[in-house]
This record gives sequence, structure tokens and C-alpha cells, in this order.
Amino acid sequence: MTILILAEHDSQQLKPGVTNAVAAAQKIGGEIHLLVAGNGCSGAASAAAQVAGVTKVLVVDAAHYAGGAPENLAPLMVGLASHYSHVLASASAYGKNVMPRVAALLDVAQISEIISVESPDTFVRPIYAGNAFATVQSTDAIKVITVRATGFDAVAATGGSAAIENIAAGVDTEQSKVLRQELSKSDRPELVAAKRIVSGGRGMGDGDKYRQLLEPLADKLGAALGASRAAVDAGFVPNDYQVGQTGKIVAPELYIAVGISGAIQHLAGMKDSKVIVAINKDPEAPIFQVADYGLVGDLFTLVPQLTAAI
Amino acid sequence: MKILVPVKRVVDYNVKVRVKADQSGVELANIKMSMNPFDEISVEEAIKLKEAGVATEIIAVSIGVTQCQETLRTALAMGADRAILVETSAEIQPLAVAKLLKAICEKESPQMVILGKQAIDDDSNQTGQMLAALLNWPQATFASKVTVTAGVAEVMREIDGGMETVEIKLPAIITTDLRLNTPRYATLPNIMKAKKKPMDVMTPEALGVDVTPRLKTLKVVEPPKRKGGVMVADVAALVDKLKNEAKVI
Ligand SMILES: Cc1cc2nc3c(=O)[nH]c(=O)nc-3n(C[C@H](O)[C@H](O)[C@H](O)COP(=O)(O)OP(=O)(O)OC[C@H]3O[C@@H](n4cnc5c(N)ncnc54)[C@H](O)[C@@H]3O)c2cc1C
Repeated sequence: MTILILAEHDSQQLKPGVTNAVAAAQKIGGEIHLLVAGNGCSGAASAAAQVAGVTKVLVVDAAHYAGGAPENLAPLMVGLASHYSHVLASASAYGKNVMPRVAALLDVAQISEIISVESPDTFVRPIYAGNAFATVQSTDAIKVITVRATGFDAVAATGGSAAIENIAAGVDTEQSKVLRQELSKSDRPELVAAKRIVSGGRGMGDGDKYRQLLEPLADKLGAALGASRAAVDAGFVPNDYQVGQTGKIVAPELYIAVGISGAIQHLAGMKDSKVIVAINKDPEAPIFQVADYGLVGDLFTLVPQLTAAI
Repeated sequence: MKILVPVKRVVDYNVKVRVKADQSGVELANIKMSMNPFDEISVEEAIKLKEAGVATEIIAVSIGVTQCQETLRTALAMGADRAILVETSAEIQPLAVAKLLKAICEKESPQMVILGKQAIDDDSNQTGQMLAALLNWPQATFASKVTVTAGVAEVMREIDGGMETVEIKLPAIITTDLRLNTPRYATLPNIMKAKKKPMDVMTPEALGVDVTPRLKTLKVVEPPKRKGGVMVADVAALVDKLKNEAKVI
């Protein structure tokens, strides 16, 4: 068995999630190769070669792989797939965009967001916003899989010494073109990789209060900032802050939910956190059912007190 | 141009599902079913494109049991023009859905298919991308803004780090994210009118599609429960617990 993992990167560094996908591949067993596709991505290729447990890095460097266009990436991966028993990617927006396209071209199923490997053809994945876990067995020759990062402890990002092999670029389909990207800039840790997260909901009132209250707390804790859908929809914070069934799935050591009621769709994204703290004025809020420590009261009084106390 | 909008009948998003005792799946008897919320957003977007004079006809498609007719009637009451039900009681996985939709696209020649980015029952997030692959069309997934002009769509997409705007040539696939629009409610007169709108019923066999599942579900179980927590009296008690009991700060 040999496993190919599509590695997401920003040309220089690998994105969080790749090392978790490598961990999932190790559970499956067999040799592990990473595919780095991009434009001017030799930095990312070197980073990929250092990931523990990887034996080969395939690099394809061409202008039409710059934006990760699935119309170009999928045919390239299909061309490689016959050498592999499994093709993996992390279940990020990038992986979710490309992998079903790869699977359909191969005429195989795609297995979304696995959280556990039972055997090389059997996997566990959450369904119904994580309210049930399904164990599924694939009958296909090639298994195309996305990996939920929180299900697997990342392997070391360094210590490996894989061979780097350049491969020929595939055709440019010219079917799509990235016009622009507006990426949130922040010095904080990335949400999906953060050890601590401070998350705010509708109870924050507005974007200014969200920032005035939660930024100092996050600064003190070295935490990433997250939010509920309601807080994003109301424009308090950008969309990439959303935690939940349809946002980011996180499992930090500490998750502090402030002014968040705890709808099932929100819980789906954070209930695997190691320690959950909830601050809410409503003692009946469902968030308290998953919280290790609950504090009932007005967040506008309690959050500044908490920030001062730690 | 014609727009095709697939709609799925799923357990309503307010229902907390229960796993069956025999671990064969989740309990669906006597449970409220609704249109997948992302598909409502797709229907709304198609209607907006029609109101803007970009689209001329909206065809809603559902695949599944007879009761999917109700889901299609909802789409018709919102503003779709006609409906197609691919009727089957078999388990239809995303690859099979994509193949059935491809067969319908070949009959109907839409310029755009707008799908929800995921269904809230199986949470797969696959069908749109698979359909794009099978048709060899471009795709713009996780859309939060769509603008169509002369044969191209400009789509703002929600990605992990923020937003990305892509331009795709039509015909194309778009999958919708939560913030694309707010779906309208069907009014009573429109619900009445929807009853008279045409609905074709066909089968997977008639479309020549093999829908055999590729994944076998061995069991469905409840996720591990979190241990109950405690309420703390004040911030000092919380900080003490975090430092000395949980040891996370
Ligand atoms: C298809 C679909 C997908 C979804 N996906 C997601 C998702 O990925 N992530 C997500 O989060 N949601 C998601 N949702 C939305 C979800 O159902 C809830 O609507 C949302 O999570 C509610 O956000 P909230 O808790 O911030 O707001 P609310 O439910 O309004 O809760 C606000 C809370 O703040 C408390 N509060 C208010 N003022 C104060 C104060 N002064 N002090 C202390 N507490 C206060 C209130 O008691 C309340 O509990 C989805 C919904 C659907 C239909």
C-alpha cells in the first residue's frame, strides 16, 4: 500500500492539518507520499520533505496551480492515483473543494472527514452534526478520503528527510481563475491549530464590544479568536472565525465560549475540546451541558474580571 | 438560461437525532423532515437570478422517496418553475446523486446548477464537486456572493483564511454557503399556485444510472458523552479550577 496526501500550503509553509492527515495515513499503514502543487512552492516542498514519516514529496510547480483550482488539480491527481491505494487530504476548505472531484473522476466514493481508521478500508466519520458516528467500509479500489484534523494527533513537522521529485504539470483547463483573495490578517494562532480559543456569540452585542472584551483575554492567553454563526452573520467578525458544523472544527485544550447559547450546530465544531468554559447569563443555555466549568452572569462584567485575574 | 437546483429532504435542523438501538442508523420514524437549509439558499439564489433577468427557468430536482414531493412543492412555492423527482427508496450516496444529476443535465441543458455545499444529515460536502467533475464543468464552492454577466459568473467564496473571488465560465456548478442570502418564506397564495406547477417523476433505471452504494455502513453509534461539568460561583473560583484542577492556564 502507498498513500498519497494532497498537502495544502501557502507556498512557503504547510497548512495545519497536513501533519494530522499524515498521522491518519500512518494508521492506515504503508508508504506515505505528499503532493505539493503550486506556483513557486519550493519552500513548501522543503517543509513537506521534513515531515516525519513521509518518504517522497512530489512537486508540481506551474502558474495554473497557484490558486489550487480543482479543475486543474483533480485531473493531475487522477493521473497519479493508479499508483496509490489511498488518496488523502485534510478536510479544510481546500481539501473539500478538490477531493470529491478527484473521486468522481476515478468513479469511486469519497469518504468525508474521517476521525478514526479501523482498518485500511474501514473508517469512522461523524454524521448529523456529530450527533452520530458512522463506521463505513469502502468497496472501491482506491480510497479517496478527507481527514478531520481533530481526530488524529499531528506527526512531527520536522525530523524527516523525504526525497523530492519534480513531476510534469498537467494541462491548464482555463475553466476558472482566482481574481482576488481577502485573507484575514492576524498575529494570533490559526483557529484550527490553536491550543486555546476564546469564542464569542451574539451575546457580545456588536463587533466593537467583541473586540474590546475578547481581544485582551485572548492576548493574555495567547489564544485564537472564534465565533458562533450568529456573531459572524451579524458582522461582528469575519466568516473565517466561525466554529461549527459548517465552520471550523476545533479541539483545543481550552475553549472559552462567551455569550454563545450552544446550538447543536455550534457544539458540532467544539465539543471535542479538552476543557470547555462557558460564560452566559442564561443558566438554562445548552452550552452548560457540555461545559466543564460554567459561569452564569453578565459577560460584560465577568470577562474583564477574568482577563484581570489571569 | 435554465438553472437546475437539487433539493434534499433531510431531518429538520432543529431535531436532535437519536441513534437506533440496533446501530443500523438514526431514528427517522415520526421525525420532522425539511428541505436541507443550504438547498433553500440555492433555491433563493436561483430565484434572485431569475428576478434579475439572468435566468429564465428554474428546475428543482429531488432524489429519494415519494415524500420528496413535499420538498419539491416547497421549492415550487418559493418560486421554482417546475420539478423533477427521481423516485427511489434505495440508499443513494453522493456519487450516485451526481450521476443522476448529470443524466438530468444532459436532458435539460442548464447553464448553471446551484447546490447546497453540504446536506446536514450525512454532512458529506461532495455532490456539487462530483457533478462538476462528471460534466467537466468549472465549480465555485462555498459561495457567499454570485454575480453573473455574459457567460461568466464571479463568485466570492468562503475559504479557511477569509474570502476568495473566482471567475468561472458557464456552464458551471455553484455550491452555496450560509451567508449567500436569506431564503424567503413561501406565501400561502404561492403554496396554492405551486400545487399546479408541473412535476415529472422518473426512476434511476429510466435515467440509466447504476446507484449501487460504494460505502457500506457497518454501524452507527452515539458519540462518547462528555462528563458533566460544574458551575462555579465567580471568576476567582473559575481561575482556581483552570489553574489547579484542569491545569490549562
Ligand atoms: C444549516 C445550519 C448550519 C449552521 N452552522 C453553524 C455553525 O457552523 N456554527 C454556529 O455557531 N452556528 C451554526 N448555525 C446556527 C445555530 O443554529 C445558532 O443559530 C447559532 O449558533 C447561535 O449563535 P449564538 O449562540 O451566538 O446566538 P444565540 O443563540 O442568540 O445565543 C446568544 C447567547 O448569549 C447569551 N447572552 C446574551 N447577552 C449576554 C450577556 N450580557 N452576558 C452573558 N450572556 C449573554 C444568551 O443568554 C444566549 O445564550 C447553523 C444553523 C443552520 C441552520
